[in-house]
Amino acid sequence: MSLDTVKNAEQTPEAEQPWAELGLKQDEYARVRELLGRRPTGAELAMYSVMWSEHCSYKSSKIHLKQFGEKAPHSDALLVGIGEQAGVVDVGEGYAVTFKVESHNHPSYVEPHQGAATGIGGIVRDIIAMGARPIAVMDPLRFGAPDHPDTRRVLPGVVAGIGGYGNCLGLPNIGGEVVFDACYQGNPLVNALCVGVMKHEDIHLAKAAGAGNKVVLYGARTGGDGIGGASILASETFESSDGKPAKRPAVQVGDPFEEKRLIECTLELFGEGLVTGIQDLGAAGLSCATSELASNGSGGMRVELDTVPLRDPSLSPEEILMSESQERMCAVVEPGDVERFLEICERWEVTATVIGEVTEGDRLEIFWHGEQIVDVEPGTVAHEGPVYERPYARPEWQDALQADDASRLPRPAGGEELRAAALALVSSPNQADASWITDQYDRYVLGGTVLAQPEDGGMIRIDEESGLGVALATDGNGRYAKLDPYTGAQLALAESYRNVATTGAKPLAVTDCLNFGSPEDPAAMWQFAEACRGLADGCRALGTPVTGGNVSLYNQTGEAAIHPTPVVGVLGVIDDVARRTPMAFAEEGHLVYLLGDTRDELGGSAWAQVAHGHLGGLPPEVDLEREKLLGEILVSASRDGMADAAHDLSDGGLIQALTESCLRGGKGARIVVPDGVDPFVFLFSESQGRALVAIPRSEEVRFNDMCAARGMPAARIGVVDGEELEIQGQFTLPLDELRAAHTATLPALFG
Amino acid sequence: MTAHPEASGLGRIGVVTFPGSLDDGDARRAVRLAGGEPVALWHRDADLRDVDAVILPGGFSYGDYLRCGAIARFSPVMGKVSEAAREGLPVLGICNGFQILCESHLLPGALTRNDHLHFVCRDQRLRIDNAETAWTADYAPGETITVPLKNGEGGYIADEATLDALEAEGRVVARYLGGNPNGSRRDIAGVTNEAGNVVGLMPHPEHAVEPLTGPTTDGLGFFTSVLKKLVTA
Repeated sequence: MSLDTVKNAEQTPEAEQPWAELGLKQDEYARVRELLGRRPTGAELAMYSVMWSEHCSYKSSKIHLKQFGEKAPHSDALLVGIGEQAGVVDVGEGYAVTFKVESHNHPSYVEPHQGAATGIGGIVRDIIAMGARPIAVMDPLRFGAPDHPDTRRVLPGVVAGIGGYGNCLGLPNIGGEVVFDACYQGNPLVNALCVGVMKHEDIHLAKAAGAGNKVVLYGARTGGDGIGGASILASETFESSDGKPAKRPAVQVGDPFEEKRLIECTLELFGEGLVTGIQDLGAAGLSCATSELASNGSGGMRVELDTVPLRDPSLSPEEILMSESQERMCAVVEPGDVERFLEICERWEVTATVIGEVTEGDRLEIFWHGEQIVDVEPGTVAHEGPVYERPYARPEWQDALQADDASRLPRPAGGEELRAAALALVSSPNQADASWITDQYDRYVLGGTVLAQPEDGGMIRIDEESGLGVALATDGNGRYAKLDPYTGAQLALAESYRNVATTGAKPLAVTDCLNFGSPEDPAAMWQFAEACRGLADGCRALGTPVTGGNVSLYNQTGEAAIHPTPVVGVLGVIDDVARRTPMAFAEEGHLVYLLGDTRDELGGSAWAQVAHGHLGGLPPEVDLEREKLLGEILVSASRDGMADAAHDLSDGGLIQALTESCLRGGKGARIVVPDGVDPFVFLFSESQGRALVAIPRSEEVRFNDMCAARGMPAARIGVVDGEELEIQGQFTLPLDELRAAHTATLPALFG
Repeated sequence: MTAHPEASGLGRIGVVTFPGSLDDGDARRAVRLAGGEPVALWHRDADLRDVDAVILPGGFSYGDYLRCGAIARFSPVMGKVSEAAREGLPVLGICNGFQILCESHLLPGALTRNDHLHFVCRDQRLRIDNAETAWTADYAPGETITVPLKNGEGGYIADEATLDALEAEGRVVARYLGGNPNGSRRDIAGVTNEAGNVVGLMPHPEHAVEPLTGPTTDGLGFFTSVLKKLVTA
């Protein structure tokens, strides 16, 4: 095939082009022709098609995501807001923290191990590209039914992929989620969060400024992996609708050793001040890196594409532009620094090549052996993709779903039935101990892990002298969001916020991964619009801005979409990690307090799922003012040394929280059901804004005074004691029996 | 040893960084907390900077896509480490470092894929069976400690004759208690050479040196042991 140069494109306006195969719609192709004033070359078509895909352009979600900026609460802590590769938050003492959650859902279904591994790799590079040293990762995971044969294929592969890649990078995995629901059978959700730390002055942005500066591509050689992945993965589902062969994406293959060297090499480059602008190569590879770097700078860049080091010498220029080979970065370097830059790369045995330079003017020009194959305004590729106002409508079935209230479900009555219900709940796959999974991740490496799963939030020490640290949690509840996506998104935010506060850290900022069905389905699009609105309103109420995140649409097989699943990550700061509050009941005689109000709220609950396979009614009410107050109480209790342990109440309610705190500390508890409260509601309700706290007797008065002064309901419900969890007058569960029930489930399913 | 311009006294412990080393910073921290002076050594430099002891830390040296440690054995720094170890320099290999010591034939046996085929990270109870090595003298014989364990290829194997000899000569340094986490023969978690200066250990004592970030501070003993030995040597 002859080279499709710019000159050739001008001379052959009528040449047939595979725009549809590359995922462009007819009007999008027409728009490209209009922007260029001619037909695109093959290379230009490749660039526009990947960059205008849903995955890269956010064309369906953009108009809704705008709210995160428009409604953002003012925050002094925000150093870099939404729009960059990741947001940056000031955590004091001159430190800044950057964090972001992303999805790698579709690749992880096709090839669980590599899909999940490269998900970690990609989010880690986003964090490095901000100038930060990555310090931890977390993984919110969602799989199909636990006993479905395909879950046995997907889950072990995903877990091994995350472990295999993350463990080799030397990043502690400090938390996340594991959720099973049949709605994720054909569309598992593999989200990955990374957090990094830097000094304020080290923040780097993706910007190519300064004509004459060199563009250096470094890291792995470019191969044929993932070509068109971004475009194909995000533009249609795997099913072929019109009888043509289904598009089978080529999932990228990761090399953690290459990434480890890339991290160390990049940090050394930053340390010596050799980097003017930087961008990682992820989805859409060089197309994305060159067009974004150029358009965020002055606009001009010239690239000699034939200088790109290749793993497969037969690749065409189009394929090189689209390749999603992993472990690559692109930096803009001043000419005088290039020699030192290459020296450091050599020291880490990282391949580095000058592939072009920043130019005067505003064109991105790419050449192949001296012939021009791309001549575009980079902003039109990177930022001026199509924007859709997709139609959305509240689905017809929503009313019926909400009317199907959980209050009609038969409830356990009496001690024996309550005991059986408790054991069934804590041993159910979603509520069971997840250490079969999390023990495959290294949580100790780097020596800064203060809290890790199964704690409410992960906590990392940033400064060994002062004890400054950060805490992170990720949460989502697709069942709640299905019942009411607006409230569901706020519930995810509230839980994540509460989890961070429970550890003793002050919540500061938010990242989100919005996992939804097809935007071409008005019902899924309505769920998405409602969730965005809910989350933006919620963030404003809590004073925690969204700093960045990711949207994953088309999580749908045929007509069946996943539950709408907004996953929310909250970052908090703690002045001294020695003050952290763990979840374990560790000291006999400490008093157990329940903070917050318990109402009869079982809609979307874990109990309804476990006992009745039921999803209907309304999710628990959310009261963000109360969440904020609870957060303040928990942070104060930690700072002033009043609480010995604290645990958030969420899915599974009080019985789940008691089980986890008792087993974690190896201590029992005697619990009294307060007068006038129904024991079932007391134990199983999922009312929000609640936490369990263990208080030394010496602190009781001070703690009570604080709660009373601030108007926080606090009820003393028992004491840490013995080797049993006893709900007085109802039932008793020896810890051994409870532990056996709680820990046996996942090994039995997957071990 | 001859005086070296960098030497500031006894207690300089070198920690080798290979490009895929992960727990090198943690090993340096542990040395510091034990009262020693950590010295960073680089895999490409055939120079031990006149250190008094060397730690080969955990990680994935050169990616370890082949057998773990198989390539690291041939690195410039390992040439010097092997030489010095045979002359009595205290050397501790942790996890990947243990694998490298076996590949370098400084210790007998080999480490293979965990028998359950999964990476495992957990707090592991150990019994110190030999409290006379350069790295374990601060422990009491038979003392029980808990330190993190995290490995994918931690199953210790050797032929029966070698295992018998290790037992007979008291060269099993530590053994797993409360369940064998990786299929190691005879629950072996660590071994030493005949002279007792080279120790390989699969669990990670450098992650049990602070109450805040480790399950215990039981791991400190490995580092204080060698520092005391250097002072009294």
